[in-house]
Amino acid sequence: MNAHLLVLEVVVPLMAAPLCMLLPSKPAARMFSIAVAWITLYLAWSILGALGATEHGVIAYELGGFPPPFGIELRVDWANAYLLLLVSGIAAVVLMFGPGSAGAAVAEGRHAFFYTAVLLALAGLLGITVTGDAFNVFVFLEVSSLASYSLIGLGRGARAPMAAFSYLIMGTIGGTLFLLGVGLLYQMTGTLNMADLTTRLPDVLDTRTIVLALALLIVGVGIKLAVYPLHQWLPNAYSFAPSVVSAFLAATSTKVMYYVLVRIIFTIFGAAFVFETLHADYLLLPLSLIAMFGGSLAAIYQHDLKRLLAYSSVAQVGYMMLGLTLASATGLTAGLVHVFNHALMKGGLFLAVGCITAQVGSSAMGDLRGLGKRMPFTCAALVVGGLALIGVPSTVGFVSKWYLVQAALEQDLLSVAALILLSSLLAVVYVWRVVELCYFSEPDATQVEVTGRPPVREAPLGQLLPTWILIGSTIIFGLTTDLTVGTASKAAAQLMGVGP
Amino acid sequence: MLEQLPPGMLLMLGGLLVPLLPRRLGQALMLALPLAGLAHLWMLPQGLVMTMELGGYVLDVVRVDKLSRVWGTIFHIAAFLSVIYALHVDDKVQHVAGLIYAGSAIAAAFAGDLVTLFFYWEITAISSVFLILASRTAHAYSVGLRYLVIQVGSGVLLLAGTIVHYHQTGSIGFDHLGLTGPGPWLIFIAFGIKAAFPLLHNWLQDAYPAATPTGTVFLSAFTTKLAIYALARGFSGTDMLITIGAIMTAFPIFFAVIENDLRRVLAYSLNNQLGFMVVGIGIGTELSINGTAAHAFAHILYKALLFMAMGAVLHRVGTIKATELGGLYKSMPLTTAFCIVGSMSISAFPLLSGFVTKSMIMTAAIEEHHTWAFMVLLFASAGVMDHSGIKIPFFSFFAHDSGKRPKEAPANMLLAMALTAFACIFIGVYPSALYAILPNDAPYNAYDATHVVTQLQLLLFAALAFGVMLRTGVYPAEVRSTNLDFDWTYRRALPWLVAVIRKHGGRVWQEQKDLGLWAARGVIGLTRREYSPEGTFGEPWLIGRAAVWTAFVLVAFLLLEMWLRVSG
Repeated sequence: MNAHLLVLEVVVPLMAAPLCMLLPSKPAARMFSIAVAWITLYLAWSILGALGATEHGVIAYELGGFPPPFGIELRVDWANAYLLLLVSGIAAVVLMFGPGSAGAAVAEGRHAFFYTAVLLALAGLLGITVTGDAFNVFVFLEVSSLASYSLIGLGRGARAPMAAFSYLIMGTIGGTLFLLGVGLLYQMTGTLNMADLTTRLPDVLDTRTIVLALALLIVGVGIKLAVYPLHQWLPNAYSFAPSVVSAFLAATSTKVMYYVLVRIIFTIFGAAFVFETLHADYLLLPLSLIAMFGGSLAAIYQHDLKRLLAYSSVAQVGYMMLGLTLASATGLTAGLVHVFNHALMKGGLFLAVGCITAQVGSSAMGDLRGLGKRMPFTCAALVVGGLALIGVPSTVGFVSKWYLVQAALEQDLLSVAALILLSSLLAVVYVWRVVELCYFSEPDATQVEVTGRPPVREAPLGQLLPTWILIGSTIIFGLTTDLTVGTASKAAAQLMGVGP
Repeated sequence: MLEQLPPGMLLMLGGLLVPLLPRRLGQALMLALPLAGLAHLWMLPQGLVMTMELGGYVLDVVRVDKLSRVWGTIFHIAAFLSVIYALHVDDKVQHVAGLIYAGSAIAAAFAGDLVTLFFYWEITAISSVFLILASRTAHAYSVGLRYLVIQVGSGVLLLAGTIVHYHQTGSIGFDHLGLTGPGPWLIFIAFGIKAAFPLLHNWLQDAYPAATPTGTVFLSAFTTKLAIYALARGFSGTDMLITIGAIMTAFPIFFAVIENDLRRVLAYSLNNQLGFMVVGIGIGTELSINGTAAHAFAHILYKALLFMAMGAVLHRVGTIKATELGGLYKSMPLTTAFCIVGSMSISAFPLLSGFVTKSMIMTAAIEEHHTWAFMVLLFASAGVMDHSGIKIPFFSFFAHDSGKRPKEAPANMLLAMALTAFACIFIGVYPSALYAILPNDAPYNAYDATHVVTQLQLLLFAALAFGVMLRTGVYPAEVRSTNLDFDWTYRRALPWLVAVIRKHGGRVWQEQKDLGLWAARGVIGLTRREYSPEGTFGEPWLIGRAAVWTAFVLVAFLLLEMWLRVSG
């Protein structure tokens, strides 16, 4: 029975998506997709529980009964189970954001498309995570990508389709490079099964073809993960998409791609080959440090809150990449913990922006003036989320940075540890900008007159509740780290090949 | 249940409740909180440790011992007095900030490990800045931000030091550290910033005079004394502290005498008093640590009293510039009287609190044969008499009559000053009450003949010189020279010294400042140009450029691999 959980995790949302199109009304589609998301969350939770009961921490499922490496295998260990829980959990919470899905952000009459696309994206992301087959990753990658291009295009502004289009081009380049890499691997080993690749690759590791394959895979995934300087699709995509979509994608899409990169480097090729023979860290370490500073610096000077958050995401990806590049159990734990933690804070922050755009009609920094009095709960969410971004103790951000700094110190990289702390100060600057506008500035008199809208009020409960579920968990998981650090360290040990 | 509640938590949580209550009820709660907190503190048994598990680490959230209890007690008392003093203020931001600030300082004094300390350290920084911002002027705003950056920066150093220290020793316990490696050094500097070590001190004179009249009273009590506590806990017996402390006692005097803003004069004299405590920590004997604790206790009271008196003047007159005040005793007699009690305490007149505590540190210095440190402290004691003992009350309440006739201070301010003045006298007369709660068992008697006579000689001679000069007309009415005339031994030396310091020090400082500003502007300008939405890195590039970058990274990766092969 346990093994069937794996296939259900993908099949349920995949089958539900077309059904959603057929539903007669908007509320029906909404309730249906929420139900589906919660089922996937339940399944993910069961998988995590079932994994704890196994001896080696692996559950495998042969699709259609064909044994691997010929048939497609679904294979879950601690790393995937952790990601499954995150992705389905975020989807379950974010879909609750209502009423009317993205509120005004999605055009009337397109709501059925909206929910269908979200479910497809969810199915794709869960599929990438659950599968044990490299080519299958590509297939699900395309499923989720195509769905997310259309989701971004649903945004109301005139620039949303253009942002979706550039993301499509960049995403397709990434997908193509990934496929080329998988093709080269198949050419050299004759297999697509990841576990099988692990055993067969060592024979051919010193060929140029394999090096090229690795380069293609890293760069291909790097585009979708928004590794600096391949991040350029991200700011536009996140800032012109409806806020709910930004929340969903920021909290899941890049996180799953991080998992794929971890899988490629640590499971398929092995950390020893990538970091000791090829020294990919010579390239990746500087890039992640540049991301930490470049992303934060760009965030400081933005005129729009959504763009600010988008650039801050670029910086946060830098922290995750840094954890991976350190190539130790602690570093990988830090990276995986930050994946989870950043999903919570960025998801919550983008939902808070969703509350603001729904009430104020814009997310421009200037429109935040004096909002602290009129939308106290939303602005408080911004502040708590911002504190988590900075890494204040008792928030999740502190937990991530603590482990990251420990990992850097483990390898006597004092300067890297110092840079981590220094870049947190940049986060203080951009978070302070938001706090200052919300609480210490008075709204412009002219602005109020020109817009002529009814006075801004606090967002409805249907929007505040999911926002605060995510923001609240940034505190909860900042205090109790059993689930996050516990699972992440098991996953890291497994990936490094030292533990169950 | 009571034992599960960390000290200070009552004030912090209660502080959050205050804005939700009606005004009268809120005031009652604000008064009740410090008293309840103090009672709770004294109910906690000695040696109690509360632990909490966080992310696999066991934190000692609370550790009650004698040292922390001294600070906890005086912090509660200071919070109570400050609340009374600020009771008339109709600004909820200040009330909430004040209570959270006091509560977090108390909680920090009971932190048993460095992570907990860091947590409360940052809360004190963040909550206290609102007391400065509450002045609601452009000047206060920029001062507040400077203050915040420095205070939070001190916290970041503390955290960095903690991590390094943990990495080296595997311990995050907040016990005696000593300067044993990079970790403790970072922590030491973090403490030093908050304790306003020389060259790290400017935030203090910058920030305190900019806060609201009531806010300064809060500020003067907690931040720096918390740092003194932290130093006493972590670095007692560190020889370097004797030098640092001695410099701290001496150099602010020069600045205090030429300063016109009387609250800034007090800020300098605060710095000078901290120096005594730092010397006490540096000596590190049982007596000197006792002296530091006792002096911190007494100092919080009389310094608060002085800031209260100056705050009352500022509240009624609207300025605190020495040149614009004078003759206020006619309409503010009670404030005048309380101010004089504070001045006499800080100058260490026998029967007042400063006398019984400062002498402990000086005696410890002699006992341990730190002769030159003792001499500096003696000089500094005379300096204190000059700028705080005479200058403050003389220029505000006496001197040439400014013609101003403000009303007497509000009743709640007078009550707060009366209670504080009573405490100063009480400690001076019954020092054994204070000695009983000191951390170490080192018997001491302040009232022996030698000490009383020496101190009286010093003070009476100063008063005599002051009187003679005033009578003979040597004492000019002008502010600056009046300050310099009080003691003939350095009557000639000081103007010259001040002039030299102002001339050269000022120029070097100006050049440093210019260089720093130039560099800062350059960095900000460059990043703004390149990272703003219009800049190279701030604007998402066109698809073509993005694709080129993709190719570039790919090629870079392959080149790297080729280079590694070639170089073997």
